[in-house]
Parts: sequence; C-alpha cells; structure tokens
Amino acid sequence: MALELSLSLTRGSFSLQVDGRWPARGVTALFGRSGTGKTTLLRCIAGLERLPARVVFNDTVWQDATQFVPAHRRSIGYVFQEPSLFPHYDVRGNLEYGLRRRAPEARRVSLDEAVSLLGLETLLSHRPPQLSGGQRQRVAIARALLASPRLLLMDEPLSSLDEISKDEILPRLERLRDALDIPILYVSHALGEVMRLADELVLLEAGRVRAAGPLQSLLTRADLPLGGFDQAGSVLEGAVAEHDPQYHLSYVLVSGGRLALSLQALPPGHRVRVRIDARDVSLALQPSQQSSISNVLPGTVLDLRTEVDPAQMLVRVKVGADVLLARVTRRSAVQLGITEGMGVYVQIKSVALMDK
Amino acid sequence: MGGDDLIALAISVRLAAVTTALLLLLCTPLAWWLGTGSSRWRAPVNAVVSLPLVLPPTVLGFYLLVFLGPQGPLGRALTLVGVASPAFSFTGLVIGSMIYSLPFVVQPLRDAFEGLGTRVLEVAATLSASPWDRFVSVVLPLSSRGFLTAAVLAFAHTLGEFGVVLMIGGNIPGRTQTASIAIFNHAETLEYGAANRLSATLVVIAFLLLLTVYASTRGRGARVQPWRWN
Repeated sequence: MALELSLSLTRGSFSLQVDGRWPARGVTALFGRSGTGKTTLLRCIAGLERLPARVVFNDTVWQDATQFVPAHRRSIGYVFQEPSLFPHYDVRGNLEYGLRRRAPEARRVSLDEAVSLLGLETLLSHRPPQLSGGQRQRVAIARALLASPRLLLMDEPLSSLDEISKDEILPRLERLRDALDIPILYVSHALGEVMRLADELVLLEAGRVRAAGPLQSLLTRADLPLGGFDQAGSVLEGAVAEHDPQYHLSYVLVSGGRLALSLQALPPGHRVRVRIDARDVSLALQPSQQSSISNVLPGTVLDLRTEVDPAQMLVRVKVGADVLLARVTRRSAVQLGITEGMGVYVQIKSVALMDK
Repeated sequence: MGGDDLIALAISVRLAAVTTALLLLLCTPLAWWLGTGSSRWRAPVNAVVSLPLVLPPTVLGFYLLVFLGPQGPLGRALTLVGVASPAFSFTGLVIGSMIYSLPFVVQPLRDAFEGLGTRVLEVAATLSASPWDRFVSVVLPLSSRGFLTAAVLAFAHTLGEFGVVLMIGGNIPGRTQTASIAIFNHAETLEYGAANRLSATLVVIAFLLLLTVYASTRGRGARVQPWRWN
C-alpha cells in the first residue's frame, strides 16, 4: 500500500521537484508554507493537472511517460479548499452524485454512515446557498467519502473556514480517520491540524521534500523548522495504565513516566498516541508541590533555540525515550540557568489523546 | 388573414424551428470551445461568429447567393454530385438563417459555459463522472438558462429576418416567401390591413417568446450569468 510520485516541473521561478514513496494508509500530511507546491502535487496525483510526472498507486500506474489515467477513472476522492457543492442539487443530491457512480458492490461507505460521521442528518433537503461555509465543507467531505475512494485527497479543507467551523469539523475528521479504512493525503499549512490528524508527515519546502516520515519522529527534530511554528509540539506513544473514576482521570504510561488525562473509555494496555503542545509545557528545577499542574516528568535538556519572537525560546527536553518541546520566555530560561545537558522537570498543562 | 399569409407564417415558423434546432446542435461544441478553451484562435473565431451582428443582411444574402447559387462554386459542386443548388429553396433559407442567427446562439451559450468555471467539472471528475456524464449532469442543468435564451433568440430572430431570406430565397410564394416578406409585399401593394394583421401577429409572437426568457430570470439568482451583449 503505497503512493509513488515523481514530478519535475519548472514554471518561471517556481520549481517543483518531488520524488517520493509514501505509505497509502492512515493520514499522510503534505505540510509546508503557502506557495511550496502542495496543491499542485495533489492536483497531479488526482489527475486534474497534466504534468510531466509518474504516479503509481498500489502498483497501479496512474500516470507515466506513456499513459495518463484521467481523474474520473482514478477512484479518488477530492475535497477542495473552498467547499464546491453542485448548486443544482440539494445536499442529498450532492451526496448521491458520487455514490450513484459506484457499483453497489464497490461501495464501502453507506449514505447513513457518511451522514452521521459528518452530522448532516438535518441538512439533507437543504440547498447549498442555505448552508454555512462549515456545513458546505462537511457536505463536500461526505460527498467525497461516498464515492468510496481508494485514496482521499484533501486540499486544506479547513483553511477557508472560521474558527468555530474548524473546531466543529476537526473532531469529525479524526472520527472518520479512525472509522474508515481509507488512506488520506491531507494538504495543510496549519501544524495544529496536522498534529491532530496525521500519522505520516511530508515536509515540503520551496518545491522540494525536506523530510518525510512518521509524525512523532519529525516534530521534534532539531534540524527541521517544525518547532518554530506557533502550534509546535510533540507526539508520544504510550499505553493506557489505569483509570481513576473519582477524579475522572485516565493514566497513560509513556517512556518517561505517567501522564494523567481526562477519563477515557479505553481498556488498560490499549496503545494510544498523545499530543503535547510546546506552549503547554513549562520547565522547573524542582518538582513543584505548590502547583495545579499534575503532569510533571523528569527530563534532560537537549538544546535551546531562539524563536522568531526574541522573547521566546524553544527547549528540547529528553523525557525517557521521547523528546518534548517546551516554549519558555528567554527571561525564564536565563533565570533558571537552563543549559544543554541539565536535568529539569517538565510541567505539562494539557495532554490530548490523538486516537481512540 | 388570407391563406397565402398563413402559409407564409407557417414557413416562417418552420424555418425558425429548424434553424433553432440545428444551431443549438452545432453551436454547443463551438460555444464550449470558445468559452472554455485556451486556443489563440478564439479571438478571430469570436469575431467571425459575431460578424452577422454588424453586417447588413443583404451582404450576407448576397455572398450566400454567390456561393450557393447555381453558378456559385458550392452550387456548381453540388449540381455535379446530383444535388440541386440550395438557392431559392427552403434549404437555402435554413442555411442563410443559420448564419444570420449564429451569434444569437453562440453568445448566450458561450457566456453560460464561461460562467460555469472549471471547479464544478473538476469536482464531478473526482466523483467518477466521465466527460459526457459531466456534460449531461453538470453542464446542461447549470447552463439551462443559456440554452433557453439561445433557443428563444434564435427562433425570434429567424422569424424576424428579411434581407437574407429575400436574397437567398427569392420570394417564391408557398415555398420561400416568409411572413416578413409577405408583409413587405402587402405594404408595397398598399394592402395595409393585411400587412397590419400579419405584423401584429409577429409582434405578439415575439413578445411572448421574449417574455419566457425574462420571466425565467426571476428568483434564479446568480446561477448562470444573464445573457449580455459583448
């Protein structure tokens, strides 16, 4: 299960040189700043753009020097940046458009399933102009799912939406990722979205792949700029240890110790991934007794680096086998005398469970 | 209304119907190419298509007669293969009317296709719709107003033409004499009553046709750009 892509393209000063083989399972994020060619890559994979490229999906050649499978025969789903519903159909008509073009035996997602995953129960008879931007994008996502794609391509599906709509859709994307076995290629320039959704990360810079690999291994790498992003953080793997119903907490064991998070309906031993944002991590020289923060783990400072904002510093701390990012003010770093190799306690204000 | 006038009116209506049907068929691919293509030939082709708007109908009729007449290059070639020259026949009227009304079909269709944008078609393609499927399920319904406008304008405009049909048709009663020519004949011979009855009929038909276009605009929002002159 893999997607192979080689593309070499120069248009004026814009150059895109990509040669990669990415796993076609879970969510692979194509991450990079605007103008690095992410959308062009996605359109090429979809067959919407006829570029000099070689695209192979699970050993099926979609495109090379001699052949070109057009978009409508690639069995893909595509969610565009701005919700693009058919204006002449109501919501149900939009949803059924792709569904009706799939043979019944090839359908992998039912209308009811898609409707409930995206919360469209009350909207089915509405026409597109009656919907909000967020509702339209939810319909567009459900419509793409109902085409039972072998690969779902999403081009910054949340970037045209307001914060409230984003907060409403992101958990639904997490749910559909967990509920359906459809590989997703997710283009984004928002690290927060990527950290919540992605298993694999492909980091694009100026039309080239800077790095590619599992999300958690790339997030905290010192040679990559990911720590510099506003929403930087780290992802840790662990297992559910026990539950504390009295305080409504669950404990997850990670390599560096035990983390408490809101009570989860998961059996002990269940493997999970948790996300810790750099701005939710502070540093202390002693395990503080007079603090409301309940997650405190011992660690060793790997290095410090200055942020874009000169008042801030990003500290990489080794906690067990994992690396955590902590964003602290330069003044705190100086006052605490933080240097490489020194032992510290990381205080974690918030831990988010990534998959269930 | 006299029997001859009714026959002339029937010829006009039949001519308008045949012309409209043929033009819709031929102009749809042409308008698609003009509205969505990127060829550098689009500008000259657009200009040629719009020529009938500005040329005197007599100019069109004259050249048609020259080309299609029994002595014209095309007329002679047709005679060689055993087909009569289309000049002074209903076929000639249809050919002349099609050229005369061409821009009235191409422009609204081209504008409708342009207004669609590429996105809805890309969406349909990613939902497994083949090109023909996309045309039927997306282009046609979203361009319905363009098609209605094109059809009504072609019909009404053909009904009202005079110069081209006079030149290429030759004013043969019962065969190529259309309502507009019959009105001219009546006026020439001072039969104002007959001219009035036929004229009033054409006014009413034209009004009703145009009314269907403008009535269908209401409440349709910005789904398709309204037809406009360029």
